[in-house]
Amino acid sequence: MSKDVLTIGGKVFTNRLFTGTGKFADNRLIAGMLASSGSQMITVALRRVDLSAGGDNILEYIPKSVTLLPNTSGARTAAEAVRIARIAREAGCGNFIKIEVITDTKYLMPDNYETLHATETLAKEGFVVLPYVLPDLPLAKRLENAGAAAVMPLGAPIGSNRGLETASLIALLVENCQVPVVVDAGIGRPSQAAAAMEMGADAVLVNTAIATAQDPVSMGRAFGMAVEAGRMAYLARLAEMSALARASSPLTGFLNE
Amino acid sequence: MSFFSVIEDYQAFDFDAYFQQVSRSEVARVLAREKLEALDFLTLLSPAATEFLEPMAGKAQQLTVQYFGRTIQLFIPLYIANHCANQCAYCGFNRANAIERRKLTLEEIEAEARAIAATGMRHLLVLTGEAREVTPMAYIEAAIRRLKQCFASISIEMFPMQEAEYRRLKTAGVDGLTLYQEVYDRQIYRKVHLAGPKTDYRFRLEAPERGARAGFRAVNIGALVGLGEKRREVFFTGLHARYLDDRYLATEIGVSLPRFNPAEGDFQPRYPASDREFVQFLLALRLFLPRAGITVSTRERAAFRDRLMHLGATRFSAGSCTGVGGYARPDRRQTPQFEISDTRDVAQVAEAIAAQGYRPVYKDWDLIA
Amino acid sequence: MQITINGKIEQMDACTIDQLVRRQGLKPEALVVEHNRRIVQQAHWQEIQLREGDSLELLRFVGGG
Repeated sequence: MSKDVLTIGGKVFTNRLFTGTGKFADNRLIAGMLASSGSQMITVALRRVDLSAGGDNILEYIPKSVTLLPNTSGARTAAEAVRIARIAREAGCGNFIKIEVITDTKYLMPDNYETLHATETLAKEGFVVLPYVLPDLPLAKRLENAGAAAVMPLGAPIGSNRGLETASLIALLVENCQVPVVVDAGIGRPSQAAAAMEMGADAVLVNTAIATAQDPVSMGRAFGMAVEAGRMAYLARLAEMSALARASSPLTGFLNE
Repeated sequence: MSFFSVIEDYQAFDFDAYFQQVSRSEVARVLAREKLEALDFLTLLSPAATEFLEPMAGKAQQLTVQYFGRTIQLFIPLYIANHCANQCAYCGFNRANAIERRKLTLEEIEAEARAIAATGMRHLLVLTGEAREVTPMAYIEAAIRRLKQCFASISIEMFPMQEAEYRRLKTAGVDGLTLYQEVYDRQIYRKVHLAGPKTDYRFRLEAPERGARAGFRAVNIGALVGLGEKRREVFFTGLHARYLDDRYLATEIGVSLPRFNPAEGDFQPRYPASDREFVQFLLALRLFLPRAGITVSTRERAAFRDRLMHLGATRFSAGSCTGVGGYARPDRRQTPQFEISDTRDVAQVAEAIAAQGYRPVYKDWDLIA
Repeated sequence: MQITINGKIEQMDACTIDQLVRRQGLKPEALVVEHNRRIVQQAHWQEIQLREGDSLELLRFVGGG
């Protein structure tokens, strides 16, 4: 068997936990979390500088070996997402982009329609596009055809820590998508990350659950191990629980006649 | 990326070694699984799995009833021409064969359509040989337009075409494409396809995908069981179906299991399959592709076909004539492309299906233009 | 002169982008500058003279999931 790796946008990842930089009490914890979890891709956001305050440079805490995944958070339309993506690329942070378009401020659900349009535009411009979406199979296929490098269905609302509430819909994506499926949002504990990997997700993206833990560095490690365990279980083929059907009378007896 | 690269991936695969190491317990493990991967499928095709036909049948029946109910969809083939530029060692229409060549006129096609429609059949499979100068696209389109008047669904089984040509036929009223690779083994493919455009293995291999891209509602593929090493051929048929099914959600992917009829002409298949093997292949395909339609044609004997509806088959041809025309004027029947074994007419086949506790379906859908 | 920085109208003396960044005490390495909706690479900051009515966006990467 060849080594189990994940390839996105031509980059090879040996670790399947993607992390985020949001909500850390202290940005210095990010470097420790990256080291303990082994994560090789991390999200960042782009914001206007507050001229009155100085400000920390978050990129200082991220080793160069880790792939930056700028997101388009704050965008409410495809056009805004496209603008943010172009800025992020110009800023020299590579051509990976997580498209996140949210028009619903109540539940923070991604807007699949705007996200698809942004994906179409950005994939044509050579971006490695990872759209964050509700798990909708026909939409995922459209994203794939539009050139998305992966699809990132949510497990539960952002920051809710509720786990894989959309498991059965994600399973359809896992079964039918040609591009990697990365479960993003809602994963609150390592066991949920492991469950996502067991069902065949290619990676998971975890931010809040790590950043807001009492000890983010240890929690990062726990998630890293859970993702690895889940992946290993998937590759090792879980035993099925279903029972065999038994016909009341032989179906193949005629072959002996 | 096309299915061709999947074939290439298996070039170095040692099938014999794989079959050697399949144990009884491994077969049992695969049978307990819900979703089968490629190698699970191969395990079910292994000689070791022949001891497990009954449990395989139980699961196959359960899955088939779950997805299809107790129904058998019926269709009937209509050959509109037998001119052919190819020289396929096994085929009655081989250009080297001195048979009467004929192409139906549009009026004759209409007469055939009326005769077939009178049997109650609403799904038609239209066939030609491969002779673009004799049966050009314009002729095929015109034929489809006429036939569309009498049938709810029209599928074609013709030479492989370009995507744009498939789109034209879709516009003319075709909703299904049947195209058999005949044999996935490239060496054997070269040996049995001696001359003509069909010698292009890859153009044929990728045609079902072009059909799916063109938007056909159904695409049906298969290997002629007997030409190549049978277990491998069925394996690649299943992989090809899975490949298409994974990529084209708008198209129903089906498979056929055409088997050489021992009564057939001079060509002796190198890898004939017994009934037991045939049943194993059918069951393995069903377990690997739970939602796929599986077609069994009149090449198979009546009594045998009647058993297969319990084991995963979902589509039967019936009342078939495999020469050009033949329905409007049975007295003028011509040399067939292949011999049929189940010679019952449509009503008899329908009756036999009902007698097995299944429902014959003459019309599954109607395309509303 | 009057220019718009991050959506707010600001009064200031004529200067280049480079001068403005220094004057505001911003760390250049973390900064992305968009001048009249066009991104300006850091190497070109010295060349762009800001004019009356210009619009500037000063952005930087922050934490986000």
